[in-house]
Amino acid sequence: MQAAGKGWAATAVGLFEFIGENGILLGQTLRSLASGTLGGMETLRQMSLIGVNSLPIALITTAFSAAVLSLQSSAQSIKFGMGSLVGGLVSASVAREVAPVLTGVVVAARVGSAIAAELGTMKVTEQVDALRSLAVHPVDYLVVPRFMACVLMLPLLTLYADAAGVVAGYLVSAGMGVPSGGYFQAATSPVFIRMEHVLLGLAKTVVFGAIIALVSCQQGLRARGGAAGVGHATTNAVVLSIMLIYVVNYFLSELMFIP
Amino acid sequence: MAGTLAPMIVVQDLNYKAGGKHILKNVNLTVYVGETLAIMGASGSGKTSLLKIIGGLIRPTSGHVYIGESDISRLSEDRLNRVRLVMGFVFQYAALFDSMTVAENVAFGVRRHFNYSRQQIDRLVEEKLRIVGMEGTGHLLPEQLSGGMQKRVGLARALAMEPLILLYDEPTSGLDPVTTTGIDELTMHLRDAYGVTSVIVSHHIPSIFRVADRIAMIYQGEILAVGTPEEIQKSDNPVVQQFIRGSSQGPIPGVG
Repeated sequence: MQAAGKGWAATAVGLFEFIGENGILLGQTLRSLASGTLGGMETLRQMSLIGVNSLPIALITTAFSAAVLSLQSSAQSIKFGMGSLVGGLVSASVAREVAPVLTGVVVAARVGSAIAAELGTMKVTEQVDALRSLAVHPVDYLVVPRFMACVLMLPLLTLYADAAGVVAGYLVSAGMGVPSGGYFQAATSPVFIRMEHVLLGLAKTVVFGAIIALVSCQQGLRARGGAAGVGHATTNAVVLSIMLIYVVNYFLSELMFIP
Repeated sequence: MAGTLAPMIVVQDLNYKAGGKHILKNVNLTVYVGETLAIMGASGSGKTSLLKIIGGLIRPTSGHVYIGESDISRLSEDRLNRVRLVMGFVFQYAALFDSMTVAENVAFGVRRHFNYSRQQIDRLVEEKLRIVGMEGTGHLLPEQLSGGMQKRVGLARALAMEPLILLYDEPTSGLDPVTTTGIDELTMHLRDAYGVTSVIVSHHIPSIFRVADRIAMIYQGEILAVGTPEEIQKSDNPVVQQFIRGSSQGPIPGVG
């Protein structure tokens, strides 16, 4: 009984620590950005690592998710003679939800883990202290470039994923017998999707990018206790980022898409 | 000699608690301009915490740390960074940035803080690497160096900022006897040639007695004795005597 009480208390403290530390890190990052720190070459290097190198996995996961969506909805709608709706259904779901969330999740897994492992290793080998001893703020040097890269590259990746999803949906629906003209007409029809929906979908990923960068940096920078500590930080960064992306996505969708 | 000089570092009524433990208890310590003070103590005595507090890397729970005129225990991170510019920290395991070459490591602080030309930086890097006996290694990565070589590059990185104060965390632990003597001689050379004030945390007794002007003994978070090597040698404190003789018999609990 007492042990359970202690467990809950520790969880609550951990939750507040997590919120507090991420809040402080966000504040420091924005303050650093406001004072003109952009990270220069390091930001470009991170954009390449985070953005360009994540493109294949973002495209493949979104394309196949759209493909299976198209597969299921084509099968159903053809039965009711509404095959021409498939394009609209796929493009609306992909642009609003599938591409933003999946891109967020695969980047959290691929990049969040890398950030937490790198910063965690730097922390436990005193490289973060070495930065501070050289009068360089770890937020300026480590967090800002990764934050900028995630926030800028995630919408771009998502835009490519949108396109990949719509095309993959088309290929599958065409294979199922949906006429191609009908698919693209529905896919771009304002009844299903307008330009602002695509942009709102991309806007969500700006928030996801911030979540991935902040949570992963925070977990890395608080790592302690050698290799095991770095492993723990890496796992936490991925698990917490992905959970937060799903939770925040629901509320953003409700805010953005439901009138 | 020390008493006639101005204080460079003053630690006043310092307490540090972390993880439910009282790590440093009411520590008072003064380091004078140009002297080399060694802090000796067993593992877990709090000596590295003390050094990191002096270097502004850890905030104390209470008390003051003056570097020159500034009380760094009260400074904001931005102000603290200005004080850090006059201090060089040599880490126990060198803490070189492993994604950068030796030259990039040495140049790192200078690049970020001073407006030097490329040639000036190259010259500075070569000069500092020469001082630590590592000339010609600029293009190598830290992983290609031995532990002792990494430590020397770490020292060169600290020296590149031309610090007034050098803080060494276990500079000779894990090194062979010849390299140890080399590092000791380097420490003495920096004091004699540049007037650098040094604080060395170590438990390597021969090294401490070779380089230190004064020695402070720390035990269970408290400073037990401070004095010249001769005074420490003659100390009647049983903990100090046991520690410098390395005996397993006495107040410091041994293994088992």
